[in-house]
Amino acid sequence: MALAVRRPGRLIAEAVTIVIAGLIAFPLYWMLLSAVKPPGEIQSANPKPWTFSPSFDSFSRVLTVSGFGRFFLNSLLVALAVVALSLLLSFLSAVALTRFSFKGRTVLLVMTLVAQMVPVEALTIPLFFLMRQIGGAVPAFGLNELGSLVLVHLAFSLPFAIWMLRGFVAAVPVELEEAAKLDGASRMRFTWQILFPLVAPGLVAVSVLAFIHAWNDFLFAKTFIISKTENQTLPQAILVFFKPEDTDWGAVMASSTLMTIPVLVFFVLVQRRLVSGMAGAVKG
Amino acid sequence: MVVVQEAPSVTAPARKPRRKGDGRAAALYLAPAGILLAAMLAYPIYQLVLISFYDYGQPQAAGNAPLVFLGFANYADLLSQAQFWTVLAKTVGFAGACVVGSLIVGTGLAVLASRVRSLPRTLLFLAALGAWSTPAIAASYVWLFLFDTDFGLVNEVLTGLGLPFEHHSWTFGTLGAFGLVAAEVIWCSFPFVLVTMYAGIKGVPDEVLEAASLDGASVWRTSWSIVLPMVRPLLMIATVQSIIWDFKVFTQIYVMTNGGGVAGRNLVLNVYAYQQAFAGQEYGLGSAIGVVMTLLLLSITGLYVRSQRRSAAWL
Repeated sequence: MALAVRRPGRLIAEAVTIVIAGLIAFPLYWMLLSAVKPPGEIQSANPKPWTFSPSFDSFSRVLTVSGFGRFFLNSLLVALAVVALSLLLSFLSAVALTRFSFKGRTVLLVMTLVAQMVPVEALTIPLFFLMRQIGGAVPAFGLNELGSLVLVHLAFSLPFAIWMLRGFVAAVPVELEEAAKLDGASRMRFTWQILFPLVAPGLVAVSVLAFIHAWNDFLFAKTFIISKTENQTLPQAILVFFKPEDTDWGAVMASSTLMTIPVLVFFVLVQRRLVSGMAGAVKG
Repeated sequence: MVVVQEAPSVTAPARKPRRKGDGRAAALYLAPAGILLAAMLAYPIYQLVLISFYDYGQPQAAGNAPLVFLGFANYADLLSQAQFWTVLAKTVGFAGACVVGSLIVGTGLAVLASRVRSLPRTLLFLAALGAWSTPAIAASYVWLFLFDTDFGLVNEVLTGLGLPFEHHSWTFGTLGAFGLVAAEVIWCSFPFVLVTMYAGIKGVPDEVLEAASLDGASVWRTSWSIVLPMVRPLLMIATVQSIIWDFKVFTQIYVMTNGGGVAGRNLVLNVYAYQQAFAGQEYGLGSAIGVVMTLLLLSITGLYVRSQRRSAAWL
C-alpha cells in the first residue's frame, strides 16, 4: 500500500530529475552546437537552440590558424607525465603509510592532509623564482619548459592522491600479505604483483583527478611559459580567439569542445571506478 | 550505468607489531614523493613567507638591487589598504556563496537521485559527470557566451519573456559578475558533492529506514534524525573540500571578469595577489596576500582535522 501511495510522487520526482539533468547538460550542448553552427548563425542577435546546416568552419579555423595541434600535444604530454608519475609516487607512499609501521607515521598522514589545503595559487610567486633557479641547473625543468609544469602539477596532485589511495591499500587484508610471504614472495614482489593490481579502482580515480588537474591548469602555464610560444598549453590557444571586444565565439567554442572531449572520454570510460574510488576515498 | 559500487570499507587499520626493517623500507618508499613535496610545496611556502618580509620588486627579482628587509611593513601596508578589505570581504562572500550553493544543489540532487529509478538517475549522473569533466577554462567561456551581452541566449530568452534584458551586461556590475561566476563554479563543483552524498545516502542500511517508517516516522523526521547523522562525516568532507576549492578559484574569475573587472571591482584574493605580483611587480606585497590566504585556509583545515579526529577513526 505504501508503494501505491508513493508512485505518483515518484513519477513527479523522475520528471523533475530529467529536467534538471537537461539543464545541467545544457551548457555543454550549447558549446557543441555553437561549435558546429555556420559563421552567420553563431554571432546572431537571435540565437537559435538548433541548427539546420552544421558546419566545421570553426573547427578548421582553430586547427589551421593557431598551431593548435602543438598546444594540444603539449597539454597531453604534461598531463600524461603527471598521471604516470602521480600513480607511481602516490602508490609507493600509500603503501608505506598504511602497511608499514614506523615512527612518525601519524604525523606524515596529517601532513598529507594539511598539504591538500595549501592554496597552490598563493605559491605562484616563490614557484616562479624556484623554476627560474632550477632552469639554471636543469634547463628541461626551468621556466618556459614543460618540465616545470609537470613538477608543479605533480606536487599538487600527490597529497590528494596519497590520501585517496590509502583507503584502498588499507582495505587489502593483511592475511594476503602473510600468505604471500609464506609462499616466499619478497615484499617488493608482493607490492607490485599483488597489491598494485588489487588497488586498481583507486589508481583509476587518482589518474583521472591528476589528469584533470594538469589538463585544466591555466595559472601556472600562464606564469611559467612566458617567452617560448611553442611550449604553451591549450588554455592559451583558446585565449587567442578571445578578445573582449572582438571575440571569435565560433572558434572559442570549437577549441573549448576540443579541450573538453579528451576529459569527457576519459571520464565516461572510467566513471564506474571513479565514483567508487571517490566514495572509497571519502569514506577512508 | 552509473552505479556506486561497494566502496572498500576502511576501518582503522589494526596496529601491527612493528617489524624489523619497516622503518627503512618506509623511508625508501616515501622518499620520491617526500623529496618532491619538500621541494615544490614546503620550500615555496618558506620562500613565500620570506619574500613577504622584503621590499621585493622587479630590480630585486632581477638581482640588480639589494634586498631591503621590511619586517611587517608589507602586511601593515596591506591591512591599511581599503581595497584589501573589500577584496577579502568579496572573497569570503563569493567563496561562501559557492560552497553553500554547491552543497545545497549537490545534496538536494543526491536525495532526489536516491528516490528515482535507474534511468533518470543515470541521466542525472551523466549530466553531472559532463559538467564535472569540463575544463574550467572551457566552462568559463561557455557560460560567458550564454550570458553574452549581444549574442547570448539568456538575454534573448529573457527579452523574449518581456523582461528588460536587451544588451544587458552580466559581467559589468559586481553582483552580476560574481553571480555569474558563482553559478559557473557551482555547476562545475556540485558533482563532487552529489557523488559523495549519494554514496553516503546509499550507505544507510535499508533495515534502519524500514524500522523508522514502521515506527511511523515522517520522511522529514527520518532525514533529519537518521540519515543526516549517518552521513555527517561525508557532508563534512564535502564541505571542507568545497571551501578549499572555492577559496582558490582563479581561472573562472580571471577569464570571466577579464582579470578582475573594470578597476578591479571583481577581484578575489587570488587574482589580487597575482595582479600585485606579476602585473604590478610587487612581489613582496603579493606574497603577503598569499600568506594571509594560506593562513585563512589552514585555520579551516585545523578545524577540520580536529573535528575529524573526534568523529571518526580515520588515521
